[in-house]
Amino acid sequence: MTSDARMTMQKPKRSFVAKLVVRIPYAWLIAFFLAPFLIVLKISLSQTAIAQPPYTPAFDLAAGWHGIARFFAGLSLDNYALLGSDPLYSLSYVKSVGIAALSTALLLIIGYPIAYAMTRAPRKAQAVLVLLVILPFWTSFLIRIYAWMNILQHDGPLNRLLLALDLVREPPVWLSTNTAVYIGIVYSYLPFMVLPLYATLEKLDQSLLEAAADLGCPRWKAFWLVTVPLSAPGIVAGALLCFIPAVGEFVIPDLLGGSRTAMIGQTIWTEFFANKDWPTASAVAVVLVCLLVTPIVIFQHQTMRGVERD
Amino acid sequence: MQTVESKTGLAKRGFAPWADRALQPLLRIEGLTKRFGADAAVDGLSLDIYQGEFFALLGPSGCGKTTLLRLIAGFERANAGRIVLDGVDLAPVPPHRRPVNMMFQSYALFPHLTVEGNIGFGLKREGLPKAQIAERVAEMLALVRLEDFGARKPHELSGGQRQRVALARSLVKRPRVLLLDEPMAALDKKLRGETQFELMDLQRRLGLTFIIVTHDQSEAMTVADRIAVMDRGRLIQMAPPAEIYEQPNSRWVADFIGSVNLFEGRVGADGTSVEGTALGRLRVAARIAAEPGATVWVAVRPEKLRIAPNPMAPDQQSALDTAAAAAATLVDIAYLGDLSIYRLRTDGGVSLQATRANTGPFAERSIGANAKVWVSFACDAAIVLTR
Amino acid sequence: MRKLSAFNLATLCIGMAFLYLPIVILVIYSFNASRLVAVWGGWSMHWYAELAGDAPLLEAAFISLRVALVSASAATLLGTLAAVALVRFGRFRGRLLFAAMIYAPLVMPEVITGLSMLLLFVALAVDRGFWTVVVAHTTMAMCFVAVVVQARLIDFDMSLEEAAMDLGASPARTFMTVTLPLILPAIAASWMLAFALSLDDLVIASFTTGPGATTLPIRIYSQVRLGVSPEMNAVCSIMVGVVGVAVIGASLLTKLGAARGAPTPA
Repeated sequence: MTSDARMTMQKPKRSFVAKLVVRIPYAWLIAFFLAPFLIVLKISLSQTAIAQPPYTPAFDLAAGWHGIARFFAGLSLDNYALLGSDPLYSLSYVKSVGIAALSTALLLIIGYPIAYAMTRAPRKAQAVLVLLVILPFWTSFLIRIYAWMNILQHDGPLNRLLLALDLVREPPVWLSTNTAVYIGIVYSYLPFMVLPLYATLEKLDQSLLEAAADLGCPRWKAFWLVTVPLSAPGIVAGALLCFIPAVGEFVIPDLLGGSRTAMIGQTIWTEFFANKDWPTASAVAVVLVCLLVTPIVIFQHQTMRGVERD
Repeated sequence: MQTVESKTGLAKRGFAPWADRALQPLLRIEGLTKRFGADAAVDGLSLDIYQGEFFALLGPSGCGKTTLLRLIAGFERANAGRIVLDGVDLAPVPPHRRPVNMMFQSYALFPHLTVEGNIGFGLKREGLPKAQIAERVAEMLALVRLEDFGARKPHELSGGQRQRVALARSLVKRPRVLLLDEPMAALDKKLRGETQFELMDLQRRLGLTFIIVTHDQSEAMTVADRIAVMDRGRLIQMAPPAEIYEQPNSRWVADFIGSVNLFEGRVGADGTSVEGTALGRLRVAARIAAEPGATVWVAVRPEKLRIAPNPMAPDQQSALDTAAAAAATLVDIAYLGDLSIYRLRTDGGVSLQATRANTGPFAERSIGANAKVWVSFACDAAIVLTR
Repeated sequence: MRKLSAFNLATLCIGMAFLYLPIVILVIYSFNASRLVAVWGGWSMHWYAELAGDAPLLEAAFISLRVALVSASAATLLGTLAAVALVRFGRFRGRLLFAAMIYAPLVMPEVITGLSMLLLFVALAVDRGFWTVVVAHTTMAMCFVAVVVQARLIDFDMSLEEAAMDLGASPARTFMTVTLPLILPAIAASWMLAFALSLDDLVIASFTTGPGATTLPIRIYSQVRLGVSPEMNAVCSIMVGVVGVAVIGASLLTKLGAARGAPTPA
């Protein structure tokens, strides 16, 4: 009976409109996100030239096959060789990763208690607290760094406070130091650490902690054995959300750190705008992307898994 | 052998279109299968539902009853089989064009629309003129007794009121079939009882066909004209409630619906008794539809078990056509207010369950705990099951 | 009512103070009559008056606003489409690449995105200016929009859509009459987010801008590099005020929407 009564039920054919819903953003991203990366790669293999655009070889479709052949012949790995040989660049990479890593650790130490305290607040207050944490984020990044420039000046409020409290003999120098960069990064990225942590901690099932207590586990121990492990996805999300962009930071080291810090973001900027050396800047950018690929992929994987879990 | 008359006789209100061979079913399901991964939620299911029936799908969690409902509504696509409504195969018809409406378990009321907006939503989709929509909506509000609540939003209503809005919304389009997905799961016991009778009343007055999914057997028994008992995607038995209860077709159904005492044995040579059971040889009322020596089970409902402080005299025994009698000890009593459940253990070590209505005060009951009693039941109280 | 322990309360207070004190100090100093930060010269609106006369600054502010308006709207449209595709379209071909391209810009350092987009415009021989900045900001912001709208869509009670279809609404109609109204708060919030991101962006704008399209952050940055100045304090205070009012307004709107947007409890 089933064989002749059977109807093969197929998935409905997607309407044209439905296909557009996917294709429009897809096409945009390929054109304006993916394709540019390929171009950066290509430029990194080129040489500087006094020309507009300031690199060679330029991709000239009009020249036909011959032009294409000439194009590929003109590519070289010279720029990468330069990066490898000059310690300035390797130092810059190492420093950037180091600063970003330490900042992320500081962010975690500062951000976790704040996120945790937020979850312990009364329900209604929590919405207000989330708003308070987000608000600074929406008031211009540049302004907030500038605010710290104000505070960290030689005769600024911080030094005056320290002198008034008799904590120091002479006003210490804050600006153009690594310390100022750390303060700047922690200050700017704090919402990016607190919010994912809060989101994860908030979903935590309170009855798990009650069960731990019921089984004889003291409160502080339950925190380490239950709360922290279960908040791991939030920790990873927050850490990656801070670490990856921090490696390539430009504004903070530029305004608060001065020329001594030379993080990789500054290097790219200098090569590009000051030295007008587009190929080198591109090569530096490509290497940076390669460095960051692993954390980025981990981040994407985590985000997609988190989405599927819900 | 069941006759047409006896089938109608077990129908609650003398309404039994399934017994009329000339009548075509309103909804016919043929060999329907739906798989999720490797598991078949609905497995080669076939059944017919007739116009004007209040049909119940009953079964334990995961038996596929909700999946079947969603297949009829069109939210799932079957892997095999057909659903035919009024002679039309529903397979190519998308859910928003099927003449079928569903009342969701969570009610699924649109939070951004008022009560009137919710009820009128389906009518707007039909393109009716505004005046007519307003009229039909007012009619529905009166039917579910929510006349003054038209301008409220769902979050301003109580659970029972939201349920009635959901009902009104699903009825206003006058569907051929109304599907109800555990509609009373969220209501408290008293409200549930009242709503059950309201639903039955409504269904009869409007002359509609309802299919209800429930895991609550007493609910199914109360409202339904026929019940389809399902397990693991298959149809186990489909019959009016009285038939399901009094003539279950298997031990599984006998145990699932209500409680039952089961005795395993072999058919006696004369064909009217079962031998070798835990209570010895049991006489039954009618001929057993199995060969002598075949393994069968005798099922006796707890309310049919008689408990007496003394054994009956031999002449009394045969007069009452008693199937068996055994000595037992009363182990436990569960007091439910209107009735009591007695747990007994026979001297032979067999556990039995009996129920008795508490006609007098509990303190003055004739049998106390640990009392020695005699258990017996009439021959026609025994149901013989071959599987 | 849960009560906060002393430790938690202290943590919150210190945390909030840390976040807000720098801004508060900034605003206070914008009213400092004296030019020197070290000296408090009394309250004065002097610097705000000077601002009104600073034509290049005002023009940059105007350009920033226009860029933000256009890019936020485009980003919201594209990001919403992307979110719908990610949540509702199941496993379509190329989904992995699509999702990767949505999540990557969230963390990619801005110098890289800025540089790559500039090189694209150069390769295409496009004149850099207002529109190139808009395109760049749209690309960056649409990913944030997608993430916010996606989160809302996932939380969305599907049985509402099924109910609508059951009552006769086609899938497209269902989206317009049921889904869209209910996710509108999230869409509005992500528009505001895209707006703020564009208004605030320095690095990407620096790479992708051209003559005549100097945005406010670029202008502020060039001044700030030379050191702290009270006019900058005034500009920043104004921006803080504007954004603060907008955000509080948006959150009040969201609260209104959330009351009717949450899934109906049974």
